[in-house]
Formats: sequence, C-alpha cells, structure tokens
Amino acid sequence: MAKRWNFTSGPEGVGEGGVLEALQRKGISRREFLKFCAIIGAALAVPVEGVGKIAEALASVKRPPVIWLEFQDCAGCTESFLRASRPTVAEIVLDLLSVDYHETIMAAAGKQAEEAKEATIKEGGHIVIVEGSIPTKEDGIYCCIGGRTAVEILKEATRGAAAVIAVGTCAAYGGLASAKPNPTGAVGVRDLVNNVPVINLPGCPVNVVNITATVVHYLTYKSLPELDAWGRPLFAYGKRIHDNCERRAHFDAGQFVESWGDEGHRKGWCLYLMGCKGPETYSNCPTVRWNEGTNWPVGAGHGCVGCTQPGFWDAMTPFYRRLPKVPGFSVESTADDVGLGLTAVAAVGVAAHAAGSVLRRKSEKIEESKE
Amino acid sequence: MAKIVIDPLTRIEGHLRIEAEVSGGKITEAWSSGTMFRGVETILKGRDPRDAWVFTQRICGVCTTVHAICSVRAVEDALGIQVPPNARMIRNILEAIQYVQDHVIHFYHLHALDWVDIVSALDADPAKTSQLAQSISDWPKSSATYFKGIKERVAAFVKTGQLGPFGNAYWGHPAYKLPPEANLMAVAHYLEALEWQREVIKAHAILGGKNPHLQTYLVGGMSCPVDPNSQAGLNADSIAFLKELFTKAREFVEKVYLPDVLAVAPFYLDWAGIGEGLGNFLSFGDFPLTDTRSSDNPGNLFLPRGVILNRDLSTVHPVDQKAVTEYVTHSWYSYEDDKKPKHPWQGETRPNYTGPKPPYQYLNTAEKYSWLKAPRYNDQPVEVGPLARMLVAYAAGHERVKYWVDAALAKLGAGPEALFSTLGRTAARCIETVVIAEQLIPWTDELAANIGKGDLRVHEQKHWDPSAWPAEAEGWGWTEAPRGALGHWIRIKSGKIENYQCIVPTTWNASPRDANGRPGAYEASLAGTEVADPEKPLEILRTIHSFDPCIACAVHLVEPRGRKFKSFRVC
Repeated sequence: MAKRWNFTSGPEGVGEGGVLEALQRKGISRREFLKFCAIIGAALAVPVEGVGKIAEALASVKRPPVIWLEFQDCAGCTESFLRASRPTVAEIVLDLLSVDYHETIMAAAGKQAEEAKEATIKEGGHIVIVEGSIPTKEDGIYCCIGGRTAVEILKEATRGAAAVIAVGTCAAYGGLASAKPNPTGAVGVRDLVNNVPVINLPGCPVNVVNITATVVHYLTYKSLPELDAWGRPLFAYGKRIHDNCERRAHFDAGQFVESWGDEGHRKGWCLYLMGCKGPETYSNCPTVRWNEGTNWPVGAGHGCVGCTQPGFWDAMTPFYRRLPKVPGFSVESTADDVGLGLTAVAAVGVAAHAAGSVLRRKSEKIEESKE
Repeated sequence: MAKIVIDPLTRIEGHLRIEAEVSGGKITEAWSSGTMFRGVETILKGRDPRDAWVFTQRICGVCTTVHAICSVRAVEDALGIQVPPNARMIRNILEAIQYVQDHVIHFYHLHALDWVDIVSALDADPAKTSQLAQSISDWPKSSATYFKGIKERVAAFVKTGQLGPFGNAYWGHPAYKLPPEANLMAVAHYLEALEWQREVIKAHAILGGKNPHLQTYLVGGMSCPVDPNSQAGLNADSIAFLKELFTKAREFVEKVYLPDVLAVAPFYLDWAGIGEGLGNFLSFGDFPLTDTRSSDNPGNLFLPRGVILNRDLSTVHPVDQKAVTEYVTHSWYSYEDDKKPKHPWQGETRPNYTGPKPPYQYLNTAEKYSWLKAPRYNDQPVEVGPLARMLVAYAAGHERVKYWVDAALAKLGAGPEALFSTLGRTAARCIETVVIAEQLIPWTDELAANIGKGDLRVHEQKHWDPSAWPAEAEGWGWTEAPRGALGHWIRIKSGKIENYQCIVPTTWNASPRDANGRPGAYEASLAGTEVADPEKPLEILRTIHSFDPCIACAVHLVEPRGRKFKSFRVC
C-alpha cells in the first residue's frame, strides 16, 4: 500500500510550524485564525470546546496535497469553490491545501500539468476531489484527457489516496449525464472506486461551505464525518429542506403560491403547489444558504429542484409538478429514515451500492488508513 | 516535422486538446479537439419544455445563466410568449453582471498567467510597484507597504516548496516581457479579483437565489417576485444592495482591470499582429431594451446583431438564423452524407467515434478528430465572442463602444486593424466589460422605476399551462454569452420536447475543419505563430486563451445506438 498522508508530520520543506505559522507569515493573526476555526466549528456543529481541537489540528498540519479531477463536468462546482469565503479560496489554495492539479485554475498545461499530477500521486496520501461524472460506455471514450480515459485517470489518481471527495451530484451519483437515457454510461465515483473512502457532497453545484467544512473536519478529527446512506455527511445533509424552510409556516397554514407573481408569491408563501421538492430533499440550503448566506432558491421565489438527491434529474422531474404526497413532519428524520424510501423508488440505479453498508465500510476504511 | 500536443489545455472550462505542426519554429497547421461528451440534448428529448432551462444551464457552470436565458427564449419563441418588462429587465441585469464578473475572472485567473510571470514578482521593488500602480490608477490599494505584504506572502508561499496550482508552469520563458514590478502588481490584482468576484456575484443570489446555477428563470418570465411592500419580494432594500454591489463592480473594472490591460499591452504590442484567425465575425446581439416580439424580431438590442465579413468594418450584414448549419465531416458523428451540413432544426445526429483507442499519442486529424461539430454561417467559418460583438457594435456606430474602443486604441497608438489579433481579443473583452459595467446601475434604476409605477408582473401566465399550447411548435433562442453567440433550437410536440439543439460560442470558435477543409477560428488563428520552445508552447496558450474557451458548452448531441455497454470497476 502506498504511503498514507501523515497528518501530524507532513513532508519536508513545508515549514515546521504548520498552517498557523504559514498564516502568520502571511500576516494573519492568531486571533483571526481562531475566529476562522470558530466559524468552521459552527458549520460542523461542534460544541464550543471543540473549536480548540480544530485550531490545534490546523496549526500542526501541513498542507495536504489535492488533485482535483474534472471529468464530465460543467465546472460549476469549481466556480462554486471560487466563491469560498470562510476560508477564502486564496487561503485554501495558498495556506490550507496544496492544490497540485486542477485543470481550470492551474498555471501549467499539457505535459507539465500531467507531470505535476503524477508526482503527487507517486508521493501518495493525497486527497482526490472529483467533479463531473465518469462515462463508462464504449471503453470510456466519451471523456479523454491527455489521450487517456477518465476511467483510467481516476483509477490511477485514487491509488494510494487518503480519501476521495466527490463534489456535486455528477461526481457523486452520475448527475446530469446519467439522466435518462444516459447516453454515455455516466456513473459516480462510488460506482468505480471501492478501496478508498469516498465522501459525497452532492448539489448542483455543491455548496462550497460543505467542501470547506468537510476538509476541515478531515484535518481536525483525522476521520471522515459520519455519512448517511447516500455517502453524504450528516452535518450538511442530515435534515430535510421542508423541515427547515423559512416558508414552512405557510405550508402548515395552507397558504400556497398558486401562480407566478400572485399575491402569495409576493408575500413569500409556500411553493409546494408550484412543484417545490423541498419535502423530499436533504440539504442544509435553508440554513447556510448561498453566496455567503445571501439567499437560496426558495428565498428567491422558486421551488427546490431536489439537486442533492441521487437521480434527481429523473426522480424530481417534471420540476413544476406537485409532489404526489408529502412525507411526515418529523424534524428528527434523516434521509435514512424517511427520504431513502421515497428517493430509492425513482433512483434504483444508484441504490445498489448505498444503504446500510456505508457506515460500516467507513469505519473499516478509517482503520485501514491508520496502518 | 515536429507535432506539438497540448492536452489538457488548462485554464479553460472543459477538456480541450490542441495538436500543431511546427516547421522552422512556426506553426504550419493546427487542430482543435474537444475530448469530452455528455449528450445533454439527447437527455432533453421527451421532457417538459419548461424544465429545459434547468438542464441546459448545466451545460456550463462558468457561463452559468446564459444557457438558461437562451432556453427560455427558445420556448417563448416557439409558443409566442412575450415576457413582462420586469422579467426582461431582470434578465438583462443578471446577464450584465455575469459578463462583468466572468470577464474579470477570465483575465486575471485564466489568461493573465500567459503574460505575467509570478516568479519574477519576487524580484520586484515594492516602492517602485507602488509608483507604477499609482501612475495608472487611483485605486486605493497601491501603497508600498501593501505591495511589500503581497511580495512577502508570495515569497513565503514559494518557500514552502508546495507550489500547488502554480507549480511546473512556464516561468522564466523568454516570451514573458513584463518588468518585476508589473508582475507583482498583477499578482496583487489576481488575489484582489478573487475576493471581488465572490462579492459582486451576490447580485445573482439576490435575483436568482444562488450562483452558480441560478434558479429563478421560468418560461414566460422570472420567479423572483417584485413588491416594494413585501419582505419576500424585490424591494427597495434589495435594489439598494444590488446598487452597492454594482458600484463595486464598476469601480474595480475601471480602476483595476482596464488600467492593467492598458499597462500590460504596450509590452506585448507584437501580439496585435499575431493570432488573427478568420476575419469573419458573428453576433446575435443581446440585452433587449424594448419588448421582444420574437427571436427574429428581438426589438432594440443594446449590443447589436450583425455579421462582419473579411475584416470589412464598413458593412454590418443582417443575421438570418436559417443560414446557420453544422458539418460533421471531421467530428465523431455521422450524417447520411458526412459532407453536407444541416440546420439545427433538422437535427439528426449519430455518434461515430473513429478516433484512436486510448491511451493515444496523436489523433488522426486527417479524418474525424473532435466531439465538436463545425458550425458555419452562410457556409463560412466565423468567430464569435467579445471581439465579434465589439466589432459589430463599433461598425454599427454604437456610441459607448466607439468611445471606449477609440480611447483604448489611441492610448496604445494603434489603429482598428490591431483588433484583429490575440491582443485585440483580450482588449475587446476588457472594453466590453467597461461598457456593460456602465449599464449596471442605470438598468437597475430602470427596473426600480418600472416597479415604482406599480407594475409588479414578473410572469406572462397565459401560456404556463401546456393545455394553452399548440400541438406542434418550433422556435429558437438567442443569447450573447460572455464567450459569444449562443443559439438553442427547439421543436415541441404534444407538450414535450421533440428535438433540442444548441450551437454554442465555443462550437463556433473551436470547430474542427468542415467538408471543404476550412479550419475553425482556433485552428486558423494559430497558423503562422512562432513557437520559441516546442516543449513550452506558451504562444499557443496565449492565442487560445484569448478566445476564452468553454468546451463543456461546445460539445454536441449524441445518440448512441446498439453499442455494447461495458462497465468498469476501478479499484
């Protein structure tokens, strides 16, 4: 097995003081650093005393190398990543991670870009972030980079990796390209990778808040966050949109938008009749919102389209058709209890590798990575 | 004869491969290939036309929003829908801030490193950098202390030995000409632009719920309600927030982006004579200032519609969408006759991958070699994008475009012929950003004024229910995406999508050859370019990046039939 990344001692030449020292060299004070840790702690819903642990972990860790692979993608998740604010994308790239390969932002091109990637893979222990689905039909010819198929590239890059983060619904579950009739045989990362821990951060695109929090969780606790049956961290996908929606009171009161621009629409009533998929969708959208908390789709008057759910392009369409029934109101339910039954019906293609086994596999992988 | 391959061609959206033959230090021929394909148009067949925009928006997350606008316009054209003024204005505002934000990201984060040597910035004198910055702009972040801080940050980063995304690039290449101080200033602005883009695009969250991939478009209008007396609708507070963001947007464009382009360009004036390409330009035009009756009759457009042929700026030809066709002669698809082009409404497409089996070293460029089709206008290859738009607007006498183009040319001591080049494309994009940024606040005021008159309509409503639709309909939607002319063609039957085709800016620009062997814009623009070091073909990056490629957008429909399915497990 390739060398695993050691989170406390890192490679030579990075400086002994870890991230905190690196930040201080760049003029970021310890106070600002702790503030950042507190914000991340809030995103991860850890108790106040846990913030110190985050700070301790980040201060000692070296910048873990990251290879960001784009396959059948639209770069929307990359754009979302660029909107990172806590920390900012500049801080992530310069101070927290070593993003050694990322087609959309890296300076090197062609041969030199591929060499940079190979060097990181050879070292091992890196994090692989995948954006976009992977086409498997016809020997994978629907996505080639550097003359090699996405399937081959993924295989090579994940060998010896510490973990894989599948960002966006395409990398997690196949997403858009896998919508019926799935012309290219597009699949998500977990359909192909099974000996490295894979965390799914679905969404179309992924909300960058969830990337940041996952990475920090990993650095802090040296383990993956707890995942639901769809491989999603519970801290971000543990609650149903409908149960946390700012318009929920209108649903309960029977106040619905009935046509676009009507009085109910202008007053912010419930969008259920306009096709909102919030009752079947698990995501922290209503609480963390988007673009530094500025807004979210329901806040802007349009129903949720269910983009964090596997197979949503088929299961949740037509988007403007009202859901046939709304599941129970219990705010304690997670996707494993309630949503799984609903979404699995329409997303059978993804169901095969989900359910039950995920949590067990995760703990096995953590044991394995401690070797 | 040596053949250079750049794959992946990075700092773009998507997967692009360039192969070029070099003889005597010059490129004799080049081939452009898109190497990824998803089949979005096939996926759309049989679905609800009102859903199409959600799907097509995912064609591209860099040019998010534009495929949504284009899609709803295509359906509205097919069904004869005229959207209310508020919806038209909100769409213009969303697209305008998309232009401004996207062009700035392109310049600083995708294109600048072709001209700026980060490593050289370490030799800069912060005091002299401050003098340079203050001599070109009154942007406040320009003190010697500020640049000293940036320099130290870069130095500390380099010292870690982990260069991340800046590793293994062409640093030290002889084609880098900027003095260390200009490089340091550019690095500072690279970092500032990262912060700025995140801030100004909050306008999309206000009006669109989120960015990327906005969620308030509707066939027939927009779903963001307007109501000055509601906290759930666009009200005075949200208008004020928009204007605050737009003030920041315009300020950065005028005080940082434009001065930087004008300061860097004199070091690279030779690039005003390199990378010309086709000399034919197409713009569908955009930003309707009056109500749109149909796509063929879009009303008064802020950026005009037109075609320019053979560099002749004295004549702007009208645009007829029926003159648009696509060839697949050198694309991995087949028609009954591969040598004849088709209009998008005819839209019959079959995949036919005949390329080498991966892993491969070279494509067979004499045959089919790309997932992009080859669109042609009146059977001619054309270039689209900011340069095409600025040339059409300039030739049509657009007041603000003429003012800024003339001002920039005067500053650089060049004539309009300098625009037909790699540098011209980069300058035109900047000028366009200035022109559009000027409109952000006036257009927001116009929206506020219309709401103030008591007009709260955001949606047409009459045609929302498919029972109001004809049994069959066809239409086309048009947009000028930041990267150029975008068209969606749709046929609707019994309330479902019967056929959907997109012809996208990068399909025009990155097109492979057609049946007559005529190259696309990228291919034509590379011919004749000198390459100093074939191992580090920086010159190719400069010209290709000047087009701002978006390959995910460009790749077309495919409909696999009867191919064997083989699945993989990697590990």
